[in-house]
Amino acid sequence: MRYVIIGNSAAAVGCIEGIRKNDKNGLITVISDEKHHVYSRPLISYYLAGKVSPKNMAYRKSDFYEKNGVEAVLGKKAVSIDPARKCVTMDDAGCVSYDKLLIATGSSPFVPPTGGLGGQSNVFTFLKYDDALGIERLINRDSRVIIVGAGLIGLKAAEGLAPVSGSVHVVELAPRVLPTILDGESAAIVQEHIEKNGVVFHLSATVERVIGDKKVEKAVLKDGTELPCDILVMAVGVRPNTAEAKAAGVSVNRGILIDDKMRTNVEDIYAAGDVTEGTDAITGEKKIMALWPNAYAQGYAAGTHMSGGKDGFAGAFPMNAIGFFGLSIITAGVQAGEGIETLSKYNDETGALKRFFIKDDRLMGMILIGDVDRAGIYTYIISEKIPLSGLEKKLTDDGFGLMAFGYEKMKERISS
Amino acid sequence: MKKIYADERWCLGCGLCKVYCRTSHSKTKDIIKAHKLEDPKPVERLHIETGDVMNFALQCRHCDDPKCVQGCITGAMQKDPVTGVVTNEAERCVGCWTCVLVCPFGAIVRDEGKKKIAAKCDLCAQTGEPECVKHCPNNALIYEDRGDGK
Repeated sequence: MRYVIIGNSAAAVGCIEGIRKNDKNGLITVISDEKHHVYSRPLISYYLAGKVSPKNMAYRKSDFYEKNGVEAVLGKKAVSIDPARKCVTMDDAGCVSYDKLLIATGSSPFVPPTGGLGGQSNVFTFLKYDDALGIERLINRDSRVIIVGAGLIGLKAAEGLAPVSGSVHVVELAPRVLPTILDGESAAIVQEHIEKNGVVFHLSATVERVIGDKKVEKAVLKDGTELPCDILVMAVGVRPNTAEAKAAGVSVNRGILIDDKMRTNVEDIYAAGDVTEGTDAITGEKKIMALWPNAYAQGYAAGTHMSGGKDGFAGAFPMNAIGFFGLSIITAGVQAGEGIETLSKYNDETGALKRFFIKDDRLMGMILIGDVDRAGIYTYIISEKIPLSGLEKKLTDDGFGLMAFGYEKMKERISS
Repeated sequence: MKKIYADERWCLGCGLCKVYCRTSHSKTKDIIKAHKLEDPKPVERLHIETGDVMNFALQCRHCDDPKCVQGCITGAMQKDPVTGVVTNEAERCVGCWTCVLVCPFGAIVRDEGKKKIAAKCDLCAQTGEPECVKHCPNNALIYEDRGDGK
């Protein structure tokens, strides 16, 4: 059996490890346009802040490819897929044939059209190791940094760059930070904490145009505010890299459409990670869930199926563990919608917030700020769709744990 | 694999397992120094749940398909393919708490002493035998292989 994986991040590693659980001998080829050994993209902000060494950027150890019998073709881009001949062509015209193919091409930053923007040397996106290395070469303690976007990527960039720059300004279109994962009240807590660490926010704002030819020297906001600029980071959002898949006849909506076995509509072509559009296991909606743990889990499930195994992939739903300047945030599931009741507890002393979203006797989502201990038990209740039947009264209790499930269930859990 | 199982019928919730867990994961391995002198203070890698009629201590279940390993953003969390033990490589962990988000048992503890690290039961890899089990005064913790392949 010959497996080919396009992409070399979380989904690719999941796929390799899924394949190797069933098939120790099949040939695996990984093709990536990045030249780096497999590394952790979420660590680029930690790297810039000086919290992670280049060595520890590796997501798997240096012998990973060798140990797993993987031929890694790095620094070459897969430019076309021929499903009839079952081969992948690369930008140097080299060809690799496959029996089973995984498309794990991830996503690319979306840069909104902005007046005056184009080709300047101090404009970056914030997704890949090379983005971080580019910023590292330019940044110094006096650098005035502007970040466009206060989502997960923009705020991680702010956290990473604040300690090594002069100032960080964040411009966000929405009226609050982390608009996709937090509600107004919880966003205000997070915003205040980040502001205390020196980051300045411009909310409900957009960059109308930038000034400077070779270098962006200034950003002009819609309300006329002018921000001097040494480094501009565009972190508005990402879009799936679907071009090669589309050209090969793979069905694409916003992302590549996959079934519960990670199969696309084309025989023997699978897809996983940020490039896919999957089903939200909580709401049933089709959506892109561009999240690291989800990418690994999808990749692992794909690898398992590609090698003839069976798995219990429970399906994905949005979930995030993220922190800024020491403040921990965990969110999962749904945070708004028709018929959803909210249950909250705010701790005046510690400033911790626990908020749960409930509908039809089910826990649909949560926001935890500050106190995130044992959050996985809540995630379990959400993912397993456990009927609450009174359990909701205990969710906000200090010391909430498995005992809340009642004796039988608790006993089953602790005996596993 | 051999795992630690709680017997809630006998657990008093006395907390000695915590004390010996902290000691086992301290620098000095000395019960007094670990609790009174070490800075940062070592954290215990288990939870004690106490109720009106029963109590139990809970450690990592070293799952077959560990969500913490699968979700780990750095690759620090690993399952040994031979022994099945799930351990966290402190040097590579950045304390993002993705493992805390996904562990269905809530078994992972936040160690925010010096650098943020996810702390978890390693079955006392350094001393060879789980200290919580050894020092439980009421045999409410049992270390055995129940042959379920896990």
